[in-house]
Amino acid sequence: MADLYLDILILLDSALRLATPLVLAALAGLYAERSGIVDIGLEGKMLGAAFAAAAAAAVTGSAWMGLLTGVGASIALALLHGWVSIHQRGNQIVSGAAINIIVAGLAPTLANHWFHLNGQTPLLSGDARFQALIWPGVDAIGNLPVIGPLYAEVISGHNVVTYIAILSVPIAAWVLYRTRFGLRLRAAGENPEAVDTAGISVYGLRYRAMIINGVLCGLAGTALSTGLGAAFVRDMSAGRGFLALAAMIFGRWKPVPTLFACLLFGFVDALQGRLQGVELPLIGEIPFQFTIMLPYIFTVIILAGFVGRIAAPRASGIPYSKEG
Amino acid sequence: MPLGGPDITDSSADKDAPAIELENITKSFGPVRANDGITMRVERGSVHAIIGENGAGKSTLMNILYGIYHPDSGEIRINGTACALQSPADAHHAGIGMVHQHFTLVEPFTVLDNILLGFENGAVLARPRRLAARKLEAIERDYGLSVPLDAVVSELPVGMRQRVEILKALYRNAEILILDEPTGVLTPLEVEQLFQIIERLKGQGKTILFISHKLGEVMRIADRISVMRGGKLVADREPDATNASELAELMIGQKLAAAVDRKSLSVGQTLMALEGISIPPAEHRSGLHDISLEVRSGEIIGIAGVTGNGQTELLEIIGGLRVPASGTLSLGAEVCAAPDIVPGAVDLRKKGVGFVAEDRLRMGAIGAMTATENVILGYHGRPPFSRHGCLQPRAMRNACARIMADNDVRPQAPNLPLDNFSGGNQQKLVFGRETDHGPRLFILGEPTRGVDIGAVQRIHNTLISMRNAGGAVLVVSSDLDELLAICDRILVMFEGRIVGEMLAGDTDIAAIGLMMAGQNPDDPGEEARNDG
Amino acid sequence: MTAERRAVALPAWATSGLLPVLNLAAAFAVSGLVVWAIGESPLEALKLLLYGAFGYGEAIGYTFYYATNFIFTGLAVSVAFKCGLFNIGGEGQAMMGGLGLAVVAIGLDGWPPALVLPAAVLGAAIFGAAWAAIPAWLQARRGSHIVITTIMFNFIAASLVSWLLVGVLKAPGSQSPESADFPEAAWLPKIHDLLAGLGIQIEGSPLNLSFLVALACAGLVWFFIERTKWGYEIRVVGGNPGAARFAGIPITRTLVLSMLIAGGLAGLMGLNELMGLQHRLIANFTMGYGFVGIAVAFMGRSHPIGIVLAAILFGALYQGGAELAFEMPTISRDLIIAVQGLVILFAGALEHLFRPQVQALFRRLGALGEAHG
Repeated sequence: MADLYLDILILLDSALRLATPLVLAALAGLYAERSGIVDIGLEGKMLGAAFAAAAAAAVTGSAWMGLLTGVGASIALALLHGWVSIHQRGNQIVSGAAINIIVAGLAPTLANHWFHLNGQTPLLSGDARFQALIWPGVDAIGNLPVIGPLYAEVISGHNVVTYIAILSVPIAAWVLYRTRFGLRLRAAGENPEAVDTAGISVYGLRYRAMIINGVLCGLAGTALSTGLGAAFVRDMSAGRGFLALAAMIFGRWKPVPTLFACLLFGFVDALQGRLQGVELPLIGEIPFQFTIMLPYIFTVIILAGFVGRIAAPRASGIPYSKEG
Repeated sequence: MPLGGPDITDSSADKDAPAIELENITKSFGPVRANDGITMRVERGSVHAIIGENGAGKSTLMNILYGIYHPDSGEIRINGTACALQSPADAHHAGIGMVHQHFTLVEPFTVLDNILLGFENGAVLARPRRLAARKLEAIERDYGLSVPLDAVVSELPVGMRQRVEILKALYRNAEILILDEPTGVLTPLEVEQLFQIIERLKGQGKTILFISHKLGEVMRIADRISVMRGGKLVADREPDATNASELAELMIGQKLAAAVDRKSLSVGQTLMALEGISIPPAEHRSGLHDISLEVRSGEIIGIAGVTGNGQTELLEIIGGLRVPASGTLSLGAEVCAAPDIVPGAVDLRKKGVGFVAEDRLRMGAIGAMTATENVILGYHGRPPFSRHGCLQPRAMRNACARIMADNDVRPQAPNLPLDNFSGGNQQKLVFGRETDHGPRLFILGEPTRGVDIGAVQRIHNTLISMRNAGGAVLVVSSDLDELLAICDRILVMFEGRIVGEMLAGDTDIAAIGLMMAGQNPDDPGEEARNDG
Repeated sequence: MTAERRAVALPAWATSGLLPVLNLAAAFAVSGLVVWAIGESPLEALKLLLYGAFGYGEAIGYTFYYATNFIFTGLAVSVAFKCGLFNIGGEGQAMMGGLGLAVVAIGLDGWPPALVLPAAVLGAAIFGAAWAAIPAWLQARRGSHIVITTIMFNFIAASLVSWLLVGVLKAPGSQSPESADFPEAAWLPKIHDLLAGLGIQIEGSPLNLSFLVALACAGLVWFFIERTKWGYEIRVVGGNPGAARFAGIPITRTLVLSMLIAGGLAGLMGLNELMGLQHRLIANFTMGYGFVGIAVAFMGRSHPIGIVLAAILFGALYQGGAELAFEMPTISRDLIIAVQGLVILFAGALEHLFRPQVQALFRRLGALGEAHG
């Protein structure tokens, strides 16, 4: 029994770790869509940030410099998508897909050019990675029954980005529902004419949303290469940007439900990892090519079975121009 | 800083100056002069109506006054002070508020948040929300506007949403209110309430600009009426010194076409019958409850009702788009729709039913496709337009040329995408498509919404001619004047039921209006509903 | 009011010729910057790229060989787009199409080509179509966002095929994830062999019969979309679903039909890659061609002729890029992928980038013309 409890806790712990980039990216998508911009380029921004962060951390030896660089790269890409969507009134899905492809090609090219490691960055260690933060009193509380292992395994021992991710959720909820900026942002995504006739710039709001989107994607990418992993590897985002979008839809464009959707996806991912190479009764060992499909299949089932037809922000994906 | 923006009453320079003076306002879009030397004076504390057909330049003028467009030349004076209105924000500062025809409300927001948007007075909303609620309650008391501040807009009826817009303008300290076609979407009862509100606003010294094309209303509410045509101001009248037909002629610049006489006919055989049709209610939709009606040759039947009381569902059943949960729809002797018989819109068209939806451009046309491709929609699967699955371009071209000629569609360019036609011409094309096949039974929703007075007469004449020739017409409309003018029989719908039926000659707007609001004391449906 | 304000309407050759060329030039300019940044000469790179794509017979053959893939995937995106659907699943549909033809080709070992070839084509189309129809149905009936479901289906298809390739379909004795060789009856003849049969000698290249199949598909798609009632219904549903409903067009059926055709077309991509060249099923043979189809469809304005031209452009980019990567070792295939992304961005999402300038130019030219005339 105690073994099973510990097993579950370890699973939850890795679910939380794996959910970190999802939560950040899903919130990034949420800010963008709430302002009226569809963003399927989360994937590319995460990948770009993962590369920039790993490269900077490798050169400077500081994970924090990595974070800064990753966020910077991601903001640049977010503003590019913003410019295409807002001023150029381009097709937002094509723009997002293009950014994904550009980064997928550019990141390994630059990695090769700088580090000559076949498209990867050098392995990070020590301060170049975000280390687990051990919470105070783990030794004391950790020995308590039930709560102890929960505290030691699940709550304590994550890196700083994970805690930032968890904190960003209530912050997002507060910003969206309790502040002037959030009110205007949501209005821009629902009825930009109303915003415009109230004398507020729709463009300005959407650009600001894209900057926040860039920051969050940057954190997500940084978590990938300097927290979860220890280097930039080709295509390391592995569809997480799209999973994040699905989680955002599952969470109905609301921060807290989106967090739970991400945790669920993280849990499936953790389970998938645990199932690899494990002999199951009746089925036997499931090959990893099969288990690796689980999160994707799970996403399709979630979208088809539990989400149904729900309303996205009404103006999302539609370029705004005063002339109509 | 006072709540909700600047207090303009202190800054007004001259207490006796007119609220608005326009001096020689001109505005061109490319080669088109939308406003041509408009000079106008609006007295403070009056209701000033501006009437004109679509494209007469009313909207352009109001958009100039609201700071959205900038005039090429001319001067605007508000309370005697010359103003350069560069943006809606400038208009707000000058004390001008506007209630657009299409409301600019954020539907998922509460009334309070909609009013706060853009005038929050603080980065964090808790305190502004409290203060605004207090101020709004005072305004509601002063003007007798009862709007629940915490209600979500998407759940409010149209009339209430309009009051939210008015409240919004008053919260922003508007002294001048522009109401753009405010009655177009309202029920008769809501129109009455709006007029009471306008009277109260006027009583408190506010100035109202009332844009409309409904002459009866204008004659009732306005202190002064300006008529626009082709970008020019063509007349200025006091209601006492004019009448509706003079105004109509001023608007269209010529005499109205004569109405076709109704032949007195005895109604003939039943062309279509609905028996006990029901659809369960859904979210924000009333469904249908035991609807039975007959449409007979030689009559025009009108369905009156507030939007959302089942008319859309009724049209969907009659149009073959929905299977009823119970009951039958028959054409002649044949049952075409029942719970176990799936109807088909295409089938019904084959049997001689013409169908024009309420929102005909959204529901009956494809903007990106050419006129030719639009005139076969719904008839595209059968000869002469399609043989063995292949479209027949020549037959399509011929039909399009014929429809364009018969309905005076301009320009007569069959290969032009529909988007490049004006709204009026798009409507003519859709109307022409459905009449081109000589339907025995013609169904249409809101026949003249968004159509000019001249075209209204033509559409009414077409309908009456169909009836005179022994066809049948079923019209769903919220415009009671229109129903009374063309129908033989009128049925009233409320909450998915038919709550009244009367001959058009035996009733009036007031009686129908009451029924539309569900206030008929001897309505048997009322008790049934309470029981169930 | 808006129509009058936009003033100058550009002639068709400017919107579908001049603007795409300008966008392409901009994409190349940005790519040139990247090339310059990693220390190579952009002009030299461009020269190598052009020579690699069109410089000699074999190169041209390769260019058209790659273009074949893009014609299929571009058509797949455009047919779905005509119905208002964003099909980002070309990659997975092509993958499943490849699986379908591999199963048929290997399963019909010993049969004559006259039977195997059509059967394999059918297998490819059916597998691709089925893979596309599921997201379409989910979108129409369950409201699941087709962009996300098709992307998920790409991942699932890739995992599924690589799982089969290390298991059931694995070639005996082989270490890499690939199937056994197809029987020769399932090999598509090369164009240079066909022409040699007619007495015309051209340089050898992997260009094969599927190029002609792709051109035929482009023609058929045009006829189907523009000239049949089903194509008409697809366009109506894409243009205005509300109007489609009132006209009695069955929406779900039309959506699924368009995705079936789209998936079938994407599935045919395997003809070129697998039956034309590899002669066996290999993991990841789709190489991102499905995504490039998005750009091809947008650049080609969803018109079959435009799609063929755009496909040749991307074919040249692929072939020239491969040669370039070979000649300039610092320029890798990764960079060529980035260049493709840039072309997609400029051609697909930034179509209005130069419109104001071109409009201003035309206005000035127009004014000049009036002044003189």
